[in-house]
Parts: sequence; C-alpha cells; structure tokens
Amino acid sequence: MQMHNEIADNAIIEQVLKGDRNAFGTLVERYQSFVFTIALRYVKGREDAEELAQDIFVKAYRSLADFKGTSKFSTWLYTITTTTSISFLRKKKLEVHSLDNEKVFAVADNFDGGMNANVIEQKSRQNMVNAAIRLLSPDDAQVITLFYKGEQTLEEIAQVMGKEPNAVKVQLHRARTRLKEKMQQHFAAEVRDL
Amino acid sequence: MNNRHEAFDPADDAAMELRIWEYIDGLSTDAERSEIEQLLVEHAAWREKYKELLSVHQMLDATELEQPSMRFTRNVMDEIARLQIAPATKAYIDKKIIWGIGAFFVTVIVGFLVYGLSQIDWSAGASGTSKMLGVDFTEVDYSQVFNNNFVNVFIMLNITLGLILLDLYLTQRRKTWQQA
Repeated sequence: MQMHNEIADNAIIEQVLKGDRNAFGTLVERYQSFVFTIALRYVKGREDAEELAQDIFVKAYRSLADFKGTSKFSTWLYTITTTTSISFLRKKKLEVHSLDNEKVFAVADNFDGGMNANVIEQKSRQNMVNAAIRLLSPDDAQVITLFYKGEQTLEEIAQVMGKEPNAVKVQLHRARTRLKEKMQQHFAAEVRDL
Repeated sequence: MNNRHEAFDPADDAAMELRIWEYIDGLSTDAERSEIEQLLVEHAAWREKYKELLSVHQMLDATELEQPSMRFTRNVMDEIARLQIAPATKAYIDKKIIWGIGAFFVTVIVGFLVYGLSQIDWSAGASGTSKMLGVDFTEVDYSQVFNNNFVNVFIMLNITLGLILLDLYLTQRRKTWQQA
C-alpha cells in the first residue's frame, strides 16, 4: 500500500464536508483495497466482502462530520471497518472462521486441497501467505493485515480493535505464530521450496 | 563466535521468539537491541530462529492487498449520491442535557431518601426490626399502598429503567466477551 499524505486526506474531507461529494471518490480509491481485504478476513465470498466494503464507505460518508482529525483518517476508517464487519456478520449470520470452531479444520483441509494446486501452478508466495491468513480467525487476520498493510502503529491498531496496545502486541505475536503453524501444516512443500 | 546448538525448553523458546519479534518489528529499546544482537552473534539457536521469523516477516511484508471489482468506486458513489452527511453527533447530543437528566434523577432519589428518613420515628424503642423503624409491618395494608396510581407508575418507571440498565450491562458484557 502506498504512503498517503494525511494532510491530503484531511483536505479532501474538508472539501467533502463543504459539499463536494465527488471528492469522496478519491478516498474510496485510496482505501478500497485495504477495506476490501479486511472485509474478506470476516466473510468468505468476494461478493459479500464487496457488499460489506461498500456499506463501510457509505457509513464513513454519512459519519464524516464526526471525524475530528485527532487521529489519522485511516485509523478512523478501520475502526468503522471493524465495527461494521462484526455487525454485518451478526446480521447475516455468516459462518465465522474461528480457531475455536472445529469446522474450521475441515474448511481448511478442503481449502488447502484447492489452493495447493493453485500455489504450485502459480508458484506464488503471496497466494500462499494470503491463503494461510484466510485460515486464521478474523481477529488474528485483521491484526496482521493492519500491522503489515494498514500503516498503523500498535497504538492505532489498539484503538481500531478496542484493545490495549500490549494486548495487541501479544495478539500480533500469537497470530504470526499461528500463521507459521498453518503454513507448515497446509503448505509444507511450498514453504520448503521458498 | 560460538556456534553450538543450545537445547531450549519450550518456555525459553517462546520468550526468545517474542524478543526476536520485538527486535524485527523495531519495538525493542536500544539496550534490548544490543543484547539481542549479542545473543545472535553468540548462539546458533537464536540465529536460526531469527532467520525463520525474518522470513515470515518478509513474506507478510510482501503480500499484496486484495482488489475489489473495477466498478467498486462507482457503486459507492452511486450509493452516496442518494444520501446526505449526517450532522456531527455533538451537534445534537448536548452534554448539558445529559447532565440535567442525571441531576434530575439524583435530586428525586435524594428527595425520596430525605422524605423517608424524616418519617421514621427515631425515638421509638422496639424489640423487633419493625418496632425499631417505628412501623409494624404486619399491620400495613399493602392493598392501600399499591392501589395508588402514583406508586404504580413509579414502580413501572423503575422497572423500565432497570431493564434499560440491564440491557446496557449485557451489551457491555457481550462486547468484552467478543474482544476477549
């Protein structure tokens, strides 16, 4: 994800608040990949994730007057992303991939079979990592995505997830350990090839 | 340089992993960094673990974000074209009103307490609890009390407030549970 100028974000928000609705499109373009990726951490299908990501941007637009500029716009947007994703799941009663859920292992095994061929075919390290991340719980997947791709500090991630920075640090550590285990468990051959 | 392979127990291994992650993430202090660099030079087990974790870190760093469909921005813009930005929350929730409501309830409670306490006959001696309060509860006609509309409305109001508070408490507990 490219670095964004926060002043530019705030300037765009000011424009939108003054009535330039189209300026909001720049913010959508800028953050759509990230919001969509986080949405995909919560729901399985791309269609659902796209619907969810759309809801998130609509909610952000409606609440834009509440953005005080005390935090980065991205932190504020990711907080909306988290709360909306949880509400969306509750509303749609979609199956959450959770490590506590025994079903996840069956899903993971099926997924592994499907993705293995893809990974071998494409020799793509990224596909493998993304596939492994999808096997994590939404919380674990989110903390990894926010840390590596969201340009967020531990304190900002803590704000987004409503946790203490120390708890986020521990969760990030555990999430990476679990990711390593998933990669070894489901993509052992690919990990050796890398 | 010492290249021996030390046998770490699982607890030490987990601690080592945490310290190396902090080092890789740039969260260690200067003193910790120096110490870890020293450990990396001296211990093969630390070097191996560092190499392994660094490889995971680099893989995660290199992953790309998922892309939504080409029409995504257009869909969002079409959706918001029909909407207006909501007024800022602080514009319609005045803290003075919230404090006013709070003050009203506190005043009502204090008023009831003062009134109740002033009705007690403190000088009355008694052998039992009911006598101590200057009231013989066995002789109270409760049907007279609960026939009063004011009392019934008051009780209903309290039950409603109690349910609202219970709902708030359960919502808070659910949030805490989800975060855990």
